[in-house]
Amino acid sequence: MIESPSSPLIESAGSRVRAVQDDFHGDLLEISMGPHHPSTHGVFRMIATLDGEAIVKLKPVFGYLHRNHEKLGENTTYLGSMPYTDRLDYLNSMTNNWAYALAVEKLIGQPVPERAEYVRVILAELTRLQNHTCLAGFLMQDCGCSGTPLMYAFREREKILDLFESLSGSRMMCNYQRFGGCRVDPPSEWLEAARRLTEGYGAFLDEYEALLTRNEILMARTQGVGRLGPELAVNSGITGPMLRATGVAYDIRKVDGYGIYPRFTFRVPLGAHGDTYDRYMIRILEARESISILRQALKDIPAGPIMDPKAKLRGLRPKPGEAYGRIEGPKGEIGFYLISDGSPNPYRYRIRPPSFVNLTLLEDLCLGHTVADAVVILGSIDIVLGEVDR
Amino acid sequence: MLGTGILKGLAVTARNLTGSFHDPARFTTTQYPEERTVLPDNYRNFPFLVSDDEKDPMGTLRCVACQICEKECPPQCIYIEKSKDKKPDANGKMQIYPAIFDIDISVCMSCQICVEVCPFEAIKMDHEFEIATSNRFNPLLLNREQLAKPNTYFHRIRPTEAAEVDARLDAERKAAEEKAAAAAAAAAAKASQAAAAAKAPPPAAPAKVPSPATLEAQAKPAAERPDSSAGGIKTQA
Repeated sequence: MIESPSSPLIESAGSRVRAVQDDFHGDLLEISMGPHHPSTHGVFRMIATLDGEAIVKLKPVFGYLHRNHEKLGENTTYLGSMPYTDRLDYLNSMTNNWAYALAVEKLIGQPVPERAEYVRVILAELTRLQNHTCLAGFLMQDCGCSGTPLMYAFREREKILDLFESLSGSRMMCNYQRFGGCRVDPPSEWLEAARRLTEGYGAFLDEYEALLTRNEILMARTQGVGRLGPELAVNSGITGPMLRATGVAYDIRKVDGYGIYPRFTFRVPLGAHGDTYDRYMIRILEARESISILRQALKDIPAGPIMDPKAKLRGLRPKPGEAYGRIEGPKGEIGFYLISDGSPNPYRYRIRPPSFVNLTLLEDLCLGHTVADAVVILGSIDIVLGEVDR
Repeated sequence: MLGTGILKGLAVTARNLTGSFHDPARFTTTQYPEERTVLPDNYRNFPFLVSDDEKDPMGTLRCVACQICEKECPPQCIYIEKSKDKKPDANGKMQIYPAIFDIDISVCMSCQICVEVCPFEAIKMDHEFEIATSNRFNPLLLNREQLAKPNTYFHRIRPTEAAEVDARLDAERKAAEEKAAAAAAAAAAKASQAAAAAKAPPPAAPAKVPSPATLEAQAKPAAERPDSSAGGIKTQA
């Protein structure tokens, strides 16, 4: 485009986009998508400024689901915050529980028995499986393929949720991890059911990939859309599959080696282009790696106590200090930062939510694309508004 | 060739469509009000109060109004008021009981923390989930009469856990009985010693009178308990 005196530049965060304003091109159009829009994955609003069909400015508006989570955490006991963490990212309550339990265990120096560590890995990988499967389904929904892939994903997710329900009592609000172990010891039938599911999941992923991965329409809709470079991703604090899709090898399971992850052999899939298609592929490949971790964990799980016998359930009064516990959640780095002043409640309770941080780049990804592409890009970021708004 | 990916995908959907007519793995929907899935034992919904006797639920509540659950409940949906008087519990010990025990289940988030912190196995999670009402106020605020459910019901919904709980309570009761019996024997021995030392019958009487009475008070509920728990185990079988 050639700049002319009659076409002023429009300032937007991170980039300058030229909008032509003359008699031929007409005015810019501002449209508001959401907060009640099925494509926004909850109550999220995007105010998009369009030049013709191209987005020249996009302002995300969130906070509609704000529940004062961090302040609530400062006013409840350490144990009392555990069920609230389920409600952050309600697809992945098991990993939220783990991140919070890890932070508190660091704060009070609480060891975790071996069996509990294995159970945590098994549950975290099951969570990753169902999150990534669901994400692929949601992404297809955003592409306009309404129904079929999402229903197949939900059919498989049900099996994992059934496992969660029979173990923890609830399908999504699991509230399962405790400081120093887990709440219920999984019986051998449960582990057998998990083994059966793990063995069958690969076949489902094969079928799912036959349905989607080489589909020409999907490739046309997603390849080259919402490209993200590794420098911008690292500088913006992007984590999780979205970062790995840009080719940066950063997986907290490898970097921190928290829990017992160093014992398992698994690969970290990396993307080459950082576009929406890569983000979809990373999820499918990570799901396959999760199956391999699950196989190893379910093979080696030892007998023993599930809870540290010395662990205190209630009346926790950590010594003054601070701790940050983070894990590789399905959406990225989920971390809890706690400051204790010696009282039963944390002095400060702060969450580092992956969805929220990943969402900050939405405008940079969407600039120059159409509104239909913005919906697909938002779907590929994988947000859950419960976690964005907290 | 352009279009093979789409054709392959269509083959997958065709396989799923035809499979849904004969393969239960491909047709997983449960027609809810007519068909029901079996709830797992661990399923939790809202809390209920365990009472030992079906005929007298208010008299045999295990709750002693210690208010730990009220303090620990994260959304603070439990309201307890202690009684002024005392009643004997299952071990025959005089305990206060909840004069008011309300749970607002429109606030309750089914987190099970009240169950975990209860030292008396008095509150457990229910399997009842069809509790929708058209009124958002009174029907969702449950008082202790509505919350109380017999131990046999607990055995029906969670046989394994209920059997464990009963075994634990029985062991506790036995220990308490032995302790009481030992204390009574010691008291009796002391009394007879005192009587022998005094060689006069009147002073022995006041020392002897309370010990059979306390023994009886301890023995009576204990005799009731094994019956109810045995009945529960029978329903489980």
